[in-house]
Amino acid sequence: VEGAPIPVCGITRFTLPPPPFPPPPAGEGWGGGGPLPLPPPAGGEGPGGEGRLLATMTQLILFNLFNGLIIGAFYGLMALGLSLILNLTGVINFAHGGFLALGAYIAYTLIPYIGFWGGLAVAPFLTAGLGLLVERVLIRRLYGRDPLYSLLLTFGLAFILEDGTRYIWGAGTLPFAIPASLSAQLSSQFFFLTGYRLFMVVLVVAAVTALFVILNRTRLGMRIRAGTLDLETVSVLGVNTRILRNLNFGLGIYLAGLAGVLAAGMLGLEPTIGGTLIMPSFVAIIIGGLGSLPGTLLGGLLIGVASGMTTVFFPSASEAVIYVMMALVLLVRPRGLLGEEGRF
Amino acid sequence: VRPLNRRGADIAVWLLLLTMPFWLDWIGGYTALGSRVLVMALAAMSLNFLLGFTGVLSFGHAAYFGLGAYGAGLTIKYLVPSTLLGMAVGVSVGAVAAALIGLLIVRLRGIYFAMVTIAFGQVFYFIAFRWNSVTGGDDGLSGWRRAPIDLGVIKADILGNDRAFYYFVLIFFAVAVAIMAALLRSPFGRTLLAIRENERRARFLGIPVDRHIWLSWVVSCLFVSLAGTLYALLNNFADPHDLRWDQSGDFVIMAVLGGMRVFWGPLIGAAIFVVLQDYVSSQTANWMSFIGLFFVLVVLFFPRGVLGLIGRKTAR
Repeated sequence: VEGAPIPVCGITRFTLPPPPFPPPPAGEGWGGGGPLPLPPPAGGEGPGGEGRLLATMTQLILFNLFNGLIIGAFYGLMALGLSLILNLTGVINFAHGGFLALGAYIAYTLIPYIGFWGGLAVAPFLTAGLGLLVERVLIRRLYGRDPLYSLLLTFGLAFILEDGTRYIWGAGTLPFAIPASLSAQLSSQFFFLTGYRLFMVVLVVAAVTALFVILNRTRLGMRIRAGTLDLETVSVLGVNTRILRNLNFGLGIYLAGLAGVLAAGMLGLEPTIGGTLIMPSFVAIIIGGLGSLPGTLLGGLLIGVASGMTTVFFPSASEAVIYVMMALVLLVRPRGLLGEEGRF
Repeated sequence: VRPLNRRGADIAVWLLLLTMPFWLDWIGGYTALGSRVLVMALAAMSLNFLLGFTGVLSFGHAAYFGLGAYGAGLTIKYLVPSTLLGMAVGVSVGAVAAALIGLLIVRLRGIYFAMVTIAFGQVFYFIAFRWNSVTGGDDGLSGWRRAPIDLGVIKADILGNDRAFYYFVLIFFAVAVAIMAALLRSPFGRTLLAIRENERRARFLGIPVDRHIWLSWVVSCLFVSLAGTLYALLNNFADPHDLRWDQSGDFVIMAVLGGMRVFWGPLIGAAIFVVLQDYVSSQTANWMSFIGLFFVLVVLFFPRGVLGLIGRKTAR
């Protein structure tokens, strides 16, 4: 993997090439990456041709289902950070994608010195540190004002972050080395089970579990949840809400940074990665329901699976399908699947 | 609320716009830049009909701008090489899409509305981006040109003559702006202001708030689509970027920069933004950072916009 340029793959391109399969591209991708030891396409000649075609189809569906779940979990992770910030402060952090890209690039820079695991551990914290600073200097001034202004400000920040990463690390796609232990293929039958994909799932599950433990078991988490419902009362009870909002923002950005490192291992690095990934997170939040963190996670998983399954049958619609889902949810249940009535 | 029809300001604005091609070169501009200012101003003023005068935060207007652009471009390229017909198709496509999507989102408010409009905007971006064979995908829709106007009596070479095209745009700008101004002066427009100021009270007075917001949304999107068709004609090109969320953000910042609560505000904002973007992108490859910084500075220091600032000073 190392050194070989990873083909430009946006999050949107996780189609499995239709048989006959071209030689597999180097590196991981949302899909189509890695060796694909599928049987040659059944030409219908000889006995068993139909059966093999069926097996190929099953594999294809399984592949995209699994892939969809991973992508969904990833969207969920990213959207959770966005949702955390939105719930407590009412700020739609448009720069979330920018922070995600920054986390990935920081990891890329650190990996030659401290290795993949070190980068994975340190980069999200550095990103979160920058998030704390940005909140302290810029975002804090806009609390309580028309949401228009925070939207515009984070919008400008997204521009600056994207252009900044392009300025520092260049506009091209950079290869992101993942350890050999992770890039191994786990099963020859189910070719899509690469170590890295499994690792992503494990890490997302761990991160989400940790987040919910923090929110439900620690003092900070309880204050965040209370502040989400009524920040004024929390303030009156003697909690420093400035620090609370600052830390909450940092927590959200930490999740963005973590998602960034994970995404980089799968997609390679491009400055535009953040802009590509932020929209599905919005959709995940809307489908799940504003104000509900479990809803956000559910929304992420749903759109991941939906776009994975659409890839099997109608690849070019794999992006559009999540917006169709959003339209359906808005039509049937405007507050989102798990959203509370009348909160937004 | 400031009166919308301040005669002196109106006359000054129209005089400036009418004479623009004659002094623009002299101060270092060029006529096509003037046309771009007009088109962007029309888009920003249409957005402001919703944003500033109805109080509804849409962050997805680029979708309808781009639908207008692609509607016009596709019609001229594949159906009839007629400028006016292309525009009619572009505006209809944008307005119909807005009317349908409006039904889904009209009950949402505030940041929820903003998020949903952003997300819906992306659908059309992906369609334009993905449907390579028809829309040209990432490269945009090229290989067509606006046709000279020939209505028998009236002939105008809007293709070869930049000034003729400027006045062509100005006519549509004037009609659209006049309609919006008239709407805002009408009972309907006053009702929109009432909804902006206090939605709950308006609802208790028996005003069908959702229907009014829907109408305002459709009017706003219709004129944004008109701006989109003009933009495509100006460039003889439709770009998938016209549909993207960053374009929506540009419209919002134009409205805010000029002053959302003033009728002519977005015009000033568009002029400043377009000229600045033109200049910065010719000077540095990192123009995105400058535009981003500009967003941040406007939000921090000019939240009321240029005209809002002047208006506040003279009011004291």
